[in-house]
Amino acid sequence: MALVLMRHGLLLAGILFALGLVGVLVRRNILFILLSIEIMLNAAGLAFVVAGSRWIQPDGQVMFIFILTMAAAEVSVGLALLLQLYHRFKSLDIDAASRMRG
Amino acid sequence: MNGLFYISSVVAILSTIMVITELNGVHALLYMIVSLFSVALIFFTLGAPFVAALEVIIYAGAIMVLFVFVIMMLNLGPRAVAQERQWLSPKMWPGPALLASVLMVELIYILRRGPMALSGIQVIGPKAVGFSLFGLYLLGVELASMLLLAGLIGAYHLGRRTPTKEKEEKT
Repeated sequence: MALVLMRHGLLLAGILFALGLVGVLVRRNILFILLSIEIMLNAAGLAFVVAGSRWIQPDGQVMFIFILTMAAAEVSVGLALLLQLYHRFKSLDIDAASRMRG
Repeated sequence: MNGLFYISSVVAILSTIMVITELNGVHALLYMIVSLFSVALIFFTLGAPFVAALEVIIYAGAIMVLFVFVIMMLNLGPRAVAQERQWLSPKMWPGPALLASVLMVELIYILRRGPMALSGIQVIGPKAVGFSLFGLYLLGVELASMLLLAGLIGAYHLGRRTPTKEKEEKT
């Protein structure tokens, strides 16, 4: 039973990760891109917890805590970038910042 | 036991699909919070209650609030009131409310059944996680603190509006 649960848990993590990836690729609003990255990180954490639960070890949960920390740091920097983008271009469209000043 | 896992999985997938297809930012956040709650319930059914609590407290509680703050900061001005009214339109409520009520029913079921609800699953409590986190993975904890400090400094530096930039915008 644990094996079936692990297989389906990993399948769910894969589906959620794929949905997040589709969100990153399809949407051009930077807010939705950040949300999709959160979905992908959450799916990766889910895979770790499922594996940890299968082998009855706490390591999976420890890795999830690290992923959580990383997601928090990433989202704070990402949202600061979003504010900068909005102040400069008055738009959340990521294509507005597609040119480098070279 | 397995039923709880599969129902929460369906709720998670549905709400995540709504997140990436929704056009309005606040509505997408609403569905995202439902998705995080369902993943927290999945963690609980997998025998990881500590991580389930962290998912609710940090992901749904702190990171999503950060998103809400930023969305609010972007909409200063007179049209903010009209936008607020549009966000709270009654026809927006049923979707997330329905998905959240499914999770609520599952939660009540777990609470009523007590420890019996998790039969067949080995629960790994916070104690084991704490021993592992501050024993074997102590170096990782230190690195995570460095990462958080770097994130703090980076967010402060990027979020600050320097006077020179504002002068550039005016000219």
